[in-house]
Amino acid sequence: MNLSILKSDKKNLNSFIGAGSALIFVGFIDIILSSFFSTNITAFLPNKISYLTPLLFGLFGLYLIRIEFSGNKLLDKVNTNFNSSNFNALLTLLVIFALIKYIPPLLNWFVFDANFAGNTKEDCTSGGACWVFVKVWLNRFVYGLYPDTEQWRINTAFLTLFLLVGASFFVPQKFKKYIIIFLLFVYPIIGLKLISGGDFGLKYVETGAWGGLSLTFIVSAFALILCFPIGTILALGRRSKLPAIRYTSIGFIELWRGVPLITVLFMSAVMFPMFLPDGTYVDKLIRVLIAITLFEAAYMAEVVRGGLQALPKGQYEAAKSLGMGYWKMHFLIILPQALKLVIPGIANTFLALVKDTPLIFVVGLLELAGMVNLAKTNPKWLGMAMEGYVFAGLVFWVICYVMSRYSQNLEKKLKTER
Amino acid sequence: MNFKNLKLNLSNKNKDLIPQILTILFLILVVIYFTINAQNNMGNRGISFGFGFLSQESSFDITFSLIDYDGSHSYARAFLVGLLNTILVSAIGIFFATILGVTIGIARLSQNYLVAKSAEWYVEIFRNIPLILQIFFWYFAALRALPLTVDSINFYDISFLNVKGWYVPKFVWVNFSVFIYSLIFALILIYFLAKYAQNQRDKYGKQIPTLYISISLIFGLPLLTFLFGGVSLSFEIPELTQLSKTVYVYRGGVSIIPELISLALALSMYTATFIAENVRAGILGVSKGQKEAAASIGLTKGQILKLVVMPQALRIIIPPTTNQYLNLTKNSSLAAAIAYPDIVLVFAGTALMQTGRAIEIISITMLTYLSLSLSISVFMNWYNKKMAIKEK
Repeated sequence: MNLSILKSDKKNLNSFIGAGSALIFVGFIDIILSSFFSTNITAFLPNKISYLTPLLFGLFGLYLIRIEFSGNKLLDKVNTNFNSSNFNALLTLLVIFALIKYIPPLLNWFVFDANFAGNTKEDCTSGGACWVFVKVWLNRFVYGLYPDTEQWRINTAFLTLFLLVGASFFVPQKFKKYIIIFLLFVYPIIGLKLISGGDFGLKYVETGAWGGLSLTFIVSAFALILCFPIGTILALGRRSKLPAIRYTSIGFIELWRGVPLITVLFMSAVMFPMFLPDGTYVDKLIRVLIAITLFEAAYMAEVVRGGLQALPKGQYEAAKSLGMGYWKMHFLIILPQALKLVIPGIANTFLALVKDTPLIFVVGLLELAGMVNLAKTNPKWLGMAMEGYVFAGLVFWVICYVMSRYSQNLEKKLKTER
Repeated sequence: MNFKNLKLNLSNKNKDLIPQILTILFLILVVIYFTINAQNNMGNRGISFGFGFLSQESSFDITFSLIDYDGSHSYARAFLVGLLNTILVSAIGIFFATILGVTIGIARLSQNYLVAKSAEWYVEIFRNIPLILQIFFWYFAALRALPLTVDSINFYDISFLNVKGWYVPKFVWVNFSVFIYSLIFALILIYFLAKYAQNQRDKYGKQIPTLYISISLIFGLPLLTFLFGGVSLSFEIPELTQLSKTVYVYRGGVSIIPELISLALALSMYTATFIAENVRAGILGVSKGQKEAAASIGLTKGQILKLVVMPQALRIIIPPTTNQYLNLTKNSSLAAAIAYPDIVLVFAGTALMQTGRAIEIISITMLTYLSLSLSISVFMNWYNKKMAIKEK
């Protein structure tokens, strides 16, 4: 059929818009009725055609209202953004219909049919999600198996951390330096001591009991602080003129980058103890931290190297001409500029690090995802896997999304400055 | 001794030598220290270093294997089974990640607001959730919600999906080798055709429709073998069999275990987000002027895409995408978390538990991944050099 006779001109413009909108409206009514009220207004048609009717109505309607320069601002906007060709119209309809069909049941499961009240699995009577599970286990999801009476220690440690970080944004430049030095070098030790205990009248809590979200934060924070200087040194080593140092760095970086993290963790769990004198016991958490740190340091080294390579040669030459030595040149001139260039890359490495922390389950440490795994196998809470993983996924998603947004903003800000 | 003088006496050469010697000394010391400790530890446990255990009987079973394997085979064969399973899931993951990634990358640039936004949200959602959680989700939550064997989801009576896995028809070939030879022959022909076409184009400016000829060759030649080469293909469709009153199984066909499905699903959906970003960056990286210039010399839309945009976009897309393929392969090691028998689970897990040979087994596993990564990066360097813009 030649559809060109169905093209509008100035005279019948309004009738075309009317007919098109009506057809689209019918299509929508059809899909809404069939997905919400399970009634099919086109049931008299053969099965397969009836299934496609909303799409056909919509497509034909959109075809009719696809009028160039109609003079109607709204219509022009719709046409350029949703309806520029038949294919685009089809895509638009498919997306809208998919949203109408799948979003409401999803929302029902999530919120409207979900169970919030109660304390046992039996309280979950309606068909939706059983958030009671998350509510009951929330304490474990955040603190792991850490004893309930001692949890204030984790809270204090993290609260102090947030206060210090917050303070570093507001205090004058002069004190900022000290706060950052304190945060990087002194605070990790204090925080770790506070959480592990053993001295000062604090009860000792073995690392096997640590877990949940707090462990995710502890592992990622320590690995980040430690992998940064190691990565920087490796990056400098890889660009060194001295062959022995250069090849050592290259070998080290490529070794870690070439293997999956899970094998590195396996190595730290079963192979590393073989390399230590008999009877030495290194705590599980520390072994994991070393493994993750070395692994991420290799990635960090490549990020920093990118920054070093991006700096113009003139910077090196200018620094040398001022009589600066290797270390002075790098620490005063090169690194401050290079690191600023790769802040997004550093943020991405940190993001990858946070997403990698669940892997520590291979050595038996249970952070958030591991705790969910543990909770869902509890005989009283069988069948709660969906809720648990959705919750854990949401938590990780919020953390990672906020971080990636922040790094994107930073990237934009730095771009305009240059 | 006066240190100030010593420092002054150092010539430039010595200044360079000392840190290098120190580094090498440090490395040697660490290696010696570790070796001595390892020897002591292994001596205490009564094991000696060596790879002889590889030929011993493994005496454990593997749930999913591409080649013949049972407990009577050697550890080396178990390693091979694991490696093949890793390659299988990586290949499936790479295939679907590429399709999904390219689609979403292009969709992100669509003029259609809804399509572009949906693609953007897909990327934002799946990129920011740890891969291991996605694997857990598919395996423990989504696939466990599938129906039991009796009421499987039925796809046109040839394929069945249930909680035990996905049952698909098995290809039963006769004279399969003839088919493969014809495929190889077609590929060789296409190679020479491409050479010839380029030659003709360079010399006489003649365009030969290589693409159509290639497509007809690669489909036509193998089809001919069905007619003349005695090749035939039939399907073995899985059938529901009742074992006892309540136990049903599917017999025949190929069963794809849920571990493989969930792993491949999670890997491809996760990696697709990164590939989508690469594709988007690649297409955006080709400047508008290039397309306009191509249009102004009279190339058609298809020619512009094929001759001007794609070669430049691919130069941007391919290196980071190969990197993503590599990441996918490395990430497939997360299989260990859901007991898909890949190299890490079979070899670094079960075999290690049985033999206790931590050093050998972990080294072999890491070396396998390392050689995979290094070979890909060697290829990448070669490719980059080949594709780099040759400036005059």
